[in-house]
Amino acid sequence: MADYDAIVVGAGLAGSTAAYCMAKEGLSVLVLERGNAAGAKNVTGGRLYGHSLEKILPGFADEAPVERKVVRERVSMMTDDSCFTADFHSSRFNDPASASYTVLRAEFDAWLAGKAEEAGCDVVCPAVADELLRDNGKVVGVRAGEDDLTAEVVLLADGVNSLLGQKAGLKKELAANFVAVGCKEVVELPKNVINDRFGLNDGEGMAHLFAGSPSNGMMGGGFLYTNKESVCVGLVVSVEEMAKSSVRLPDMMEKFRESAPLKPLLTGGKLVEYSAHLVPEGGLHMLPVLSADNLLLLGDAAGLCMNLGYTVRGMDLAVASGQMAAQTVIEAKEKGDYSNATLSGYKKKLENSFVLKDLHTHRNAPEFMEHTPRMFKEYPELAAEAFTRLFKVDGEPSRLMLKKMLPLVFKVGILNLAKDGFKAVRAL
Amino acid sequence: MNVEQKLSIDKFVVDEGNPHIILHLEKLDEETRKALTVVCPAGLYTLDENGTMAFEVAGCLECGTCRVATAHLPGALEWNHPRASFGVDFRYG
Repeated sequence: MADYDAIVVGAGLAGSTAAYCMAKEGLSVLVLERGNAAGAKNVTGGRLYGHSLEKILPGFADEAPVERKVVRERVSMMTDDSCFTADFHSSRFNDPASASYTVLRAEFDAWLAGKAEEAGCDVVCPAVADELLRDNGKVVGVRAGEDDLTAEVVLLADGVNSLLGQKAGLKKELAANFVAVGCKEVVELPKNVINDRFGLNDGEGMAHLFAGSPSNGMMGGGFLYTNKESVCVGLVVSVEEMAKSSVRLPDMMEKFRESAPLKPLLTGGKLVEYSAHLVPEGGLHMLPVLSADNLLLLGDAAGLCMNLGYTVRGMDLAVASGQMAAQTVIEAKEKGDYSNATLSGYKKKLENSFVLKDLHTHRNAPEFMEHTPRMFKEYPELAAEAFTRLFKVDGEPSRLMLKKMLPLVFKVGILNLAKDGFKAVRAL
Repeated sequence: MNVEQKLSIDKFVVDEGNPHIILHLEKLDEETRKALTVVCPAGLYTLDENGTMAFEVAGCLECGTCRVATAHLPGALEWNHPRASFGVDFRYG
């Protein structure tokens, strides 16, 4: 007789959601978290799109430690001396089904793990799951330090560096072109200063993404998210491209936060944390085997993440994968069959949901970004030059807009522009 | 502010004598050594003027980027999670 129906490795959003949903249906669940508390090893940019958690815990944002509800979206193209920004402020995202929230993982994950605990799960932290326990090849639990813990099924929600998922043969070693490295500063600022600087009311937040010079023209970009009383600012860059960089990532980060558009936004702030994390960005191309006998793979461990340049999503997919993994395990318990014949229903659920549908829709996005370096170099420069020509008055004879702009278009090439534009709208 | 100053703000518990990353320098080619110095967000891999690599595990943010950057050289870098209660402890995340 196993100690538990299910053992969940990792108390991030996927793990805790799965644990909560299983415990709600009466399953006995153990959650092992390697951090000293849930969230202690986790990092987000970051913003949580609330829709998937809203379905599980309606009205969660009223109770959960969310920072601010995002009402303002900014996207910038930056060069070393210029920054063009699109700014969209709207109350159209107020509906809980489409609302998104800035979050800090230490607090948020601890809250969600607490929900799982309230529902009856045992949550143990810190506990590092070192290996899967097997009996005649069959997964029967995990070994954590000195302890052998048994369960009918193990849910690996152990994050992007899922060593257990790799050892179990569900996923391959992370490929440098499919992952990005992110680094981030949390800068404390008073609430009213954040409200004033970013044009926000209490409780309202902003998400700001930057392409171009922040990642030194490499595939990636900068980000800035407003929290209640802090701002998260950071960079995400393809590991493959970063490896060929002449500038160190921490130096790029410092250059970005000290750049002319950023510096005044952070002035007077106090750095309270510097963090880093990998982001799985390969989408469907890096989709692992999602289930095996007595084993499921969830969230970042399964590479369920998508970066389209204008939106970055992972946590909403993690939550949904947790819910669907839980539903699958509940069915397995009813049937008394935890073999892959039943557990493969998890992939079907993901396929029928937004998770794999969206990853499928945007399956060409990673390749588009990888093969269109102009997005990160030439186009930010094009924007800078176009707006310079538009706004510059220096006493020289002025020209009509057509004459101002046409040479720029020829510089990048009409064909390139048309091609990239066409590819972009079809991939992103 | 340099990265060492930034790291000094973070909370770490270093597992003295049990590094969770073990580097086998002899298995690293020059290109990969150079890559390690630029990809590590904590700047823990350094090269001196003779091209000798030094690595400091204290200050590791546990991102795994070095693992990915050396994946093409099997056995060059052993990467594990720190033992329970050790390593970085994000207070914000």
